[in-house]
Amino acid sequence: MLASGRLDGDRAVYSFQDIILRLQMFWASSGCALLQPYDLEVGAGTFHPATTLHALGPQPWSVAYVQPCRRPADGRYGNNPNRLQHYYQFQVLMKPSPSEFQALYLESLVSLGIDLNLHDIRFVEDDWESPTLGAWGLGWEVWCDSMEISQFTYFQQVGGHDCRPVSGEITYGLERLGMYILGVDHVMDMPFNDPRSENALSYGDVFRQSEQEYSRFNFDMADTNILLRHFEDAEAECVALLRAQPHDPKLDAVNVMVQPAYDQCIKASHIFNLMDARGVISVTERQAYIGRVRTLAKECADAYVSKRG
Amino acid sequence: MPDLLIELLSEEIPARMQKEAAQTLEKLIDQGLSDAGLKPLKTESFFTPRRLTVRVNDLLSRSPVAREERRGPRISAPDKAIEGFARSVGVNRDQLVTRKTKKGSFLFAVFEIAGRSVEDIVVDVLDDSIRNFPWSKSMRWGSGDLRWIRPLHRILCILSDADGTRTVPFEIDGLVADNVTEGHIFMAPQQFSVESVDDYFRKLEDAKVLVDEAVRRRRITRKIKQLVTQSHLELCGHDELVDEIVNLVEWPVVLLGDIPGDYAHMPREIIQSALMKHHKCLCLYHPESRKPEKFITVANRQTSDSGSAIIAGTERVISARLEDAKFFWEEDCHAIKQNGFHTWLAALDNITFHHELGSQAERVERIAEAAAVISEFVDGASPVETVRSASVSKADLVSKIVSEYPELQGIMGGYYAIMADYPQTVLEAVQEHYLPTGATDRVPQNPVAIAIALADRLDVLTGFWVIDEKPTGSQDPFALRRSALSVFRIVLENNLRIPLAAVTGCLLIRHNSTRIEDLTDDDLKKICSKAKEYDCFLTFLSEVKVTPREQVPQSFLTLTENLQEQLEDLFGFIHERLRVFLIKQGVRFDAIDACLATTFGDDLTLLAKRIRALDVFLSSSNGENLIQGFKRANNILIQAESKDGIVYSSCPDSSLAETQCERDLFAILDIVTGEIDRALQKEDYEGAMRSMSSLRAPVDVFFEEVKINVDDMAVRRNRLELLNGVREVCHKIADLTLVSG
Repeated sequence: MLASGRLDGDRAVYSFQDIILRLQMFWASSGCALLQPYDLEVGAGTFHPATTLHALGPQPWSVAYVQPCRRPADGRYGNNPNRLQHYYQFQVLMKPSPSEFQALYLESLVSLGIDLNLHDIRFVEDDWESPTLGAWGLGWEVWCDSMEISQFTYFQQVGGHDCRPVSGEITYGLERLGMYILGVDHVMDMPFNDPRSENALSYGDVFRQSEQEYSRFNFDMADTNILLRHFEDAEAECVALLRAQPHDPKLDAVNVMVQPAYDQCIKASHIFNLMDARGVISVTERQAYIGRVRTLAKECADAYVSKRG
Repeated sequence: MPDLLIELLSEEIPARMQKEAAQTLEKLIDQGLSDAGLKPLKTESFFTPRRLTVRVNDLLSRSPVAREERRGPRISAPDKAIEGFARSVGVNRDQLVTRKTKKGSFLFAVFEIAGRSVEDIVVDVLDDSIRNFPWSKSMRWGSGDLRWIRPLHRILCILSDADGTRTVPFEIDGLVADNVTEGHIFMAPQQFSVESVDDYFRKLEDAKVLVDEAVRRRRITRKIKQLVTQSHLELCGHDELVDEIVNLVEWPVVLLGDIPGDYAHMPREIIQSALMKHHKCLCLYHPESRKPEKFITVANRQTSDSGSAIIAGTERVISARLEDAKFFWEEDCHAIKQNGFHTWLAALDNITFHHELGSQAERVERIAEAAAVISEFVDGASPVETVRSASVSKADLVSKIVSEYPELQGIMGGYYAIMADYPQTVLEAVQEHYLPTGATDRVPQNPVAIAIALADRLDVLTGFWVIDEKPTGSQDPFALRRSALSVFRIVLENNLRIPLAAVTGCLLIRHNSTRIEDLTDDDLKKICSKAKEYDCFLTFLSEVKVTPREQVPQSFLTLTENLQEQLEDLFGFIHERLRVFLIKQGVRFDAIDACLATTFGDDLTLLAKRIRALDVFLSSSNGENLIQGFKRANNILIQAESKDGIVYSSCPDSSLAETQCERDLFAILDIVTGEIDRALQKEDYEGAMRSMSSLRAPVDVFFEEVKINVDDMAVRRNRLELLNGVREVCHKIADLTLVSG
């Protein structure tokens, strides 16, 4: 079942970037288009339109990409060994989910240098739900020797729409996976590139300072009045774009602006996360804000489906 | 007589669902085959994370031939009618047979419905079982529409008998069954074909799959025991965890690893939570130093290095986890050493309990107030101590450990209380007040914990009652049924005597008060202290109603307006849960209903005692007979009352008694009334029942010898009033009209 050696499996993995390169190589050779990160702040790789929007509709779609993620409340000034307010996910989405999806995933681990003959890989129930995206699916967290290394989900609904066909989604938490494979105990100590090179950089060399800066910004300095205004602007813009006259006079054709509207939904979601980190959102308001973002996501999904479905 | 074997191979089924799924599949298959007439001798099921297997022994190879007859016209009917009938059932006229029935001779069409082959039946039954499988949650995958718990990859379906083994020609949404399966996903992923039912089990074990849960469990527990003995350490484990682990593996390999750091100073509960919940590992402690020294993990495979890479990996993961926990624990300790509970208690203001029910700080205030009232009824709990413990009972919700491990709420609060210089008694009260956490979990025994636990549950119940978030059908998002169960289990198992209506009423007043705008704190305090003065809360409420308007502030009236209704509704709910609970214990439902009908029942211990006494009494022969007598008396009264349009409730006059047995009943009724009153006064329900049963003989004789509907209206009236005396004295104990039989 596991044809190891599809890639150069014997070569050891030395750095964080090796892990990204291996995963990109592996999924490219498995038929995925390699996309690039989305250029907006998002809380998870799922927010990338290549997942959220493209998981909808009947068209086949197989992609893989790295996505930088922001979780403002997880900032620890770069001191915590494994908590960061900015980190990377490697995201794979295959629609329809191929029947050998699980086997492909296991092969990807082999390509990362994990010897499946020596380690204990387990699929432990963990269903996924994103209240802000109105999305859910069934799947597992994948354990390697009792440590969670990936999230594996079969999408059932996005933005309140049934996924037909179903997309299979894999998310690798790159820092955690890297620390595990490279045997590093503190994320800042992880080699970013080849540690033997003259220009060796550690993860800390690249990110320690920005982690510190953003931690202060996220927790203490982000102006909550500005944030609130931006949230409301993004919300209004999203709705306005979707309500706009579908006919584009310059193009002289129907031109519904789904992705520009969805950008505003992503922005609202990130601003909400920032306000949450600033501690200005009560539990009650929290639900209300999540509901507002979900409404935007749902409307974008509706527009996408009526355009592509 | 063929045997049938079915295996459904899928991606990993959640551990908690496998057993029930296998049993359901077994039931569906067995039921389907039985309904089709194949008479399966024995059906068994097996399961692993990736497969559900059903084996059926000794099926008929065809279902039996069935005969069906349809009655046509009489033999004397016109030709046209007979031919019409033959045509309508699709046979020739000469194939019709004549049968004599009670109504005369008729023509019958006789059909034979041929039996079906076992293959055809299995195909239908399996198709139906898969398509209609009652998963609580299921999914689609790829481009298909079939639903299963996770993608279904392979179906093995064979019939095996003396002539050999054949594959059942089954297909579902493009998935074709055959006689092939595959072994352990990592250790033996090759496909192999199965030659017979036994061959399946043999080859599967060779392919590193233990399909029998019991075998996996034995292997795991035996090895764990061995490791514990050899290491001379203490296992602090959890059967539930083993239940889960058994269903995470097809080929269990138990491994032992070291816990390198020193966590002896950290509470054991934290270590247990970190290892068990997050990594499904068991922990071994040094018996004296209590230091966690080793862990046990159960891997899903053997490896060429005897598990050393797995152990090394797991060691790193759990060290990181324990270091994390230690960091949180030390942060918490540091925070307490600096400020005691001060900062945490202030922070409870910012934690919302429920958006309509305010913050945790407000909740704590209500709990403390109610617990103080309750403490007066709990031996060994002083109000001062209760308030002190209650006000810190939720402080740990702010702690870092509890936000990381919510299941440790209370446990941590107790430890932190000691650090914040509270006495040992506060530790016990805080730790125990979350009990019972499950339906069979132990209830708190520490007196202060009892008071706080009750106040906590009653605060939840009254709060959600006031905002009208009651459970409906299967929906009980705030677990209010469990709260009600906790209330009476805590009361009954500790034999507490508390008039719960007063404290419940005060909590209802508190929750309602936030919705009344012009209510001042002063008013609220006045109302609550007044309510507490009354022994019976309901008396208080009815007195408020009759107090002249000008003496009562408007806010007071608004507040008490719905109170009685809310209170009765909430107690109705608690009583309903109590009813379910007692019936499960084998108590007669009519004994419960009869007692609930005569008493408001806020003293749950007394209520339960009364119910149990009546339950015993009703099952005795005296009880059964008295019920007959009582019902006869009651029926006669109801008839007379509805005919005469009056209620016979005056006191009968013994001087109007004409016969000896009438006088006897007067005498005994007098005695019994006194006895029952005294017994009830002493809460001696057995005694009261005994006295009631002494009515049986004189009542029986009375009915035998005395005519009630006599012409002398005064005598008739007196006799009816005598019967009413019997009815009323019984009613002091329970509403016997609700007793069945």
